[in-house]
Amino acid sequence: MLEVQGINKSFGGLHAVSDASLFVPAGKVVSLIGPNGAGKTTLFALISGFLRPDSGTVIFDGTDITGKAPHLICQMGLVRTFQVVKPFASLTVRENIAVGAHTRIADRKAALAKADGVALLVGMDAMLEQSAGDLTIAGRKRLELARALATEPKLLLLDEVMAGLNATEIAELVPVIRTIRDTGVTILLIEHVMQAVMSLSDYTYVLNQGVMIAEGEPKTVTSSPDVIEAYLGHGAAERLAKMEARDA
Amino acid sequence: MSERARLSGWTIILLTLALLPLYLHSARWIDFLEMTLFVAVLGQGWNILGGYGGQYSFGNALLFGTGAYIQALLQFKFGISPWIAMWFAIAGVVAVGAMVGFLSFRYGLRGSYFALITLAFAEAFLVLSRSLKSITEGGSGVQLALNQDPAQAIATFQFNFAGPFLKEYGFYYTIFTILLVTYAITWWMERSRFGAQLVAVRENEDAALALGINTFKVKLGAICLSSAITASCGVYYVQKFLFIEPGIAFGPSKSVEALFAPIIGGLGTVVGPLLGSVFIHGVGEATKMTIGQALGGRPGVDLILFGTILILVLAFLPRGLVGLVEAVWKRLSGGRDA
Ligand SMILES: Nc1ncnc2c1ncn2[C@@H]1O[C@H](COP(=O)(O)OP(=O)(O)O)[C@@H](O)[C@H]1O
Ligand SMILES: [Mg+2]
Repeated sequence: MLEVQGINKSFGGLHAVSDASLFVPAGKVVSLIGPNGAGKTTLFALISGFLRPDSGTVIFDGTDITGKAPHLICQMGLVRTFQVVKPFASLTVRENIAVGAHTRIADRKAALAKADGVALLVGMDAMLEQSAGDLTIAGRKRLELARALATEPKLLLLDEVMAGLNATEIAELVPVIRTIRDTGVTILLIEHVMQAVMSLSDYTYVLNQGVMIAEGEPKTVTSSPDVIEAYLGHGAAERLAKMEARDA
Repeated sequence: MSERARLSGWTIILLTLALLPLYLHSARWIDFLEMTLFVAVLGQGWNILGGYGGQYSFGNALLFGTGAYIQALLQFKFGISPWIAMWFAIAGVVAVGAMVGFLSFRYGLRGSYFALITLAFAEAFLVLSRSLKSITEGGSGVQLALNQDPAQAIATFQFNFAGPFLKEYGFYYTIFTILLVTYAITWWMERSRFGAQLVAVRENEDAALALGINTFKVKLGAICLSSAITASCGVYYVQKFLFIEPGIAFGPSKSVEALFAPIIGGLGTVVGPLLGSVFIHGVGEATKMTIGQALGGRPGVDLILFGTILILVLAFLPRGLVGLVEAVWKRLSGGRDA
């Protein structure tokens, strides 16, 4: 479904993404993890056309989409959400979702009806008339998801849709994402909430300082020493191992 | 407010506008209504791009003036019928608007940069219309020949010497028709995919792009529609006054009128520019008649009061008069119908 090959992006002297590659097979949920500032959001921006890579290619559904405009990439079926949510604040939830629906549907009534359906799927049906500007952070994250979903994507890029949510809200959202996958949408998600990463993803990539340092099954990857060090600092894996040995 | 309440509101407003002048046997008051509707249309032209699209132009005089000049010059120089000239005026203004839009939106100019570029274009056209004498007749302006033959009133689009009804009401119902058409287009736009995408661009351009909207094309479409509506004001102005000169055409006053009406009335709403225009003209007239006269007809008193009211509206009614009307409506209907 998605193949990123040796992609690079620098901001001035900062190598935000260095020679990163990843592969997302159709129908799967793949996650991308890594500490803050690792370059995950930048990688999403490169894939979705918001940033142009310095080098490397992005192949979506068999087509090279490197450097294409974001709206064209969305129309092809690849849609992203924003970590820093961007609601259409003065519109209602229904109108927000309908904007996404209009990407495939010209008719206003049909787009609004589609919005109702999507809202039901993501559990926002009770909030349809609410102004998006009045939503809680959990509501806004869901709205990001709903709007993107309304564009009928083949591949959905979710950038930390669980961040800032409490345990109950996370527990509600996990099955929603699973349902979306079951309807045939492939998902690539950036997530810090490990419980969600573990329970949702089939495969995981780890990015650190712009470099892919590990990949594999979520369980294997998260217990790899390199990954632990990336998150907790140099020597952390060793200390952790010692602590475990002592406890044993 | 529900769609039904809106439709009833519009029925009342439009019936009033259609019948009111028939009960005002006063040329002065009909003139007053004409100018009110004229600014309401001018304001709608601005509102499409500014209110719905969030792209604040400070130079809509560019569009108004270009339309007026094309309408005047085609008649003056080539004797072309005003009914044909108007289509060239509209097309010409759309071309100018599209060019400004292309340059601005291609290079991602937003906010004050867009306002400045539109102002700069209007100023440039002001200078050009003064200096290119061989084309525009220069600073003295273009004066169209007055038709005194009643039989030619319709053909010349001049009602000064027309039969009794046309003479009195011809221009009123002309601007009323223009208002009907342009407001119907806006009403339709608001309920279309294009309108939804335009509002999305206003609310958050990155999100709009991510959701598959060609934001450049949408903004370009909006400026073209804005241009066509504003062009109709230029056509109307020339036919009514048979005169245009650089200051009237491209000076800042039309740009300011175009944006005041929707800002006071309610940005991004169909009725906003009309409400705003009625309010502006109503207050202007009322102050002229009361305070202005009390102070011995000193000029400018109405402007001071008007400025004060504008500041108050901006400070306390962020959604304009439409916001006020909706709040009152909500209270009256017991909050059943928000
Ligand atoms: N537009 C930009 N200009 C300059 N630096 C940027 C820009 N976007 C991101 N960065 C930098 O690139 C690095 C990676 O950021 P980001 O992709 O947001 O990380 P993550 O999403 O993994 O937390 C950070 O150091 C960030 O400051
Ligand atoms: Mg990020």
